[in-house]
Amino acid sequence: MSKKTLFLQGNEACVEGALYAGLDFFAGYPITPSTEIAEMLSMRLPKKGGKFIQMEDEIASMCAIIGASLTGHKSMTATSGPGFSLKQEAIGYAVMAEVPCVVVDVQRGGPSTGMPTKVSQGDVMQTRWGTHGDHAIITLTASNHQDLFAITVEAFNLSETYRTPVILLLDEVIAHMREKLVIPEKGEIPLVERLWTSVKEGTDYHPYLPREDGRLPMSDFGGVHRYNVTGLVHDMWGFPSEDPRIAYGLMRHLVDKIEGHVKEMTHVKEYYLDDADVVLISYGSSARSALHLVENRRARGERLGLLELQTLWPFPAEAVRKSCERAEYVIVVEMNMGQVTEEVRKVVHDHETVFLANRIDGTFISPTDIRNILRVVQGKGV
Amino acid sequence: MERYRIVFSGSGGQGVITASIILAEAAAIYEGLNAVQSQSYGAEARGGSTRADVIISDREIRFPKVNQPNILVCLTQQAFNKFSGSIRPGGLLLTDSHFVQLERKVDARQVELPMYQSVIKAMDKPTALNMCMLGAMLSLVPLVKTESIMKVLNEKTPATFLGMNKDAFEIGRKLVVEAGIEPQELA
Repeated sequence: MSKKTLFLQGNEACVEGALYAGLDFFAGYPITPSTEIAEMLSMRLPKKGGKFIQMEDEIASMCAIIGASLTGHKSMTATSGPGFSLKQEAIGYAVMAEVPCVVVDVQRGGPSTGMPTKVSQGDVMQTRWGTHGDHAIITLTASNHQDLFAITVEAFNLSETYRTPVILLLDEVIAHMREKLVIPEKGEIPLVERLWTSVKEGTDYHPYLPREDGRLPMSDFGGVHRYNVTGLVHDMWGFPSEDPRIAYGLMRHLVDKIEGHVKEMTHVKEYYLDDADVVLISYGSSARSALHLVENRRARGERLGLLELQTLWPFPAEAVRKSCERAEYVIVVEMNMGQVTEEVRKVVHDHETVFLANRIDGTFISPTDIRNILRVVQGKGV
Repeated sequence: MERYRIVFSGSGGQGVITASIILAEAAAIYEGLNAVQSQSYGAEARGGSTRADVIISDREIRFPKVNQPNILVCLTQQAFNKFSGSIRPGGLLLTDSHFVQLERKVDARQVELPMYQSVIKAMDKPTALNMCMLGAMLSLVPLVKTESIMKVLNEKTPATFLGMNKDAFEIGRKLVVEAGIEPQELA
């Protein structure tokens, strides 16, 4: 084997992906089941000249990565549900001030402090609407360590491309299980680097004036250009404004730069969908159980297929609709009370064909759990 | 290769999780197999019963947990009581004779070995019991080569513990050989 092959936890695969993407600043407040991310980076970042800071809490951690990003660094923080709740205000600030950064949320049982060491996928909607006000957000996830590495790199790439926070939504099972990871060679996965302004020192720089392609070139804060950064509605210099035209333009820009690029942001994996009568839709660790069932049933001649979502927000509506077109039944497999199920119901032709197979008790959903629901749906009894 | 589902169980501090990682890593990195390792966290990780799951296969492993192990190792009575009912018929149950009294029969080959006592006798302390267990288990079911385990140990073990771990692994192997127990094919 010429490539570096590691056997590690999902949290460590996330760290490897982040370092590959060029992460050089991490601020965090360790919390189960995300702790290994902070632990690994506290060792790795200083060795490559980066900075690791354990802050006093999750709010300060989120604010620190925003500040670091504005000064030109690829920045990340990692937490779990309780800490993710605390970060919401500052995530909204990053949305408004258009600050690229990556926020990892390793989901555990909830709400509140819930079940710290048990698995859940109850934060899907919090990634979407956790911070207040109309806005758009990008949320990515993965179900195995190789994909997790790649999607972590993609999180950084999208955050730089669209100047926005990207949420990397993991869960306890993926975070703590160990499996193989082959580290891609340098250059194998393309990296998006910071787009810096070409405006010279002493020339008027407009930090919030999008180019024709919608991107906004940045200038390291505290560097050669003076500009303002605020959570208030602002003009192209970053100064507060209540002009309705400016407010409207900014609101449209913040949402359209993401909702207008759903296709480019959509990452899904398709398994056996061509002739599937029953389509399972899943993501994160649940998708492993779903795929186990699909392969198992395929061997018995049953036409099951799986659509695995790696992009949760913006919701990949077209991919979901297309995959469900000829399905008799659609079963959404997730460890919550139907957060993605409702999104699927919104986009499919007949919402009555969509069912939920879930667990909400901190126990990892098994192929048998899914099969039992499927049999009920098909009228076969358990 | 069949799909092997292995559960190591014992109490916090006995090193069952470490042993499970070494086994899975040996399979995944040095034998070109697929391996997935996971463990139960929570209150159980501090004393009580600790459990680590390993799946080894030449095919892709999707569901990462073990429901019915082919191989179950129990290093405490509590772990035996809790998990012995889950063993796959025709599998292998390995227990330590110092810690576990076989209160009931299971539908599997039962092998009882004085691992704890042998380690104490040779080393005066039980620290490397987990490696003795791994040596015994791999003699009973040769899932991965001894060299592969040694490669992982060489890379991962602090130098001060390396010799002790290798010795304990050998003690476990010898226990099986000297008892005249044949390696087995798992159902």
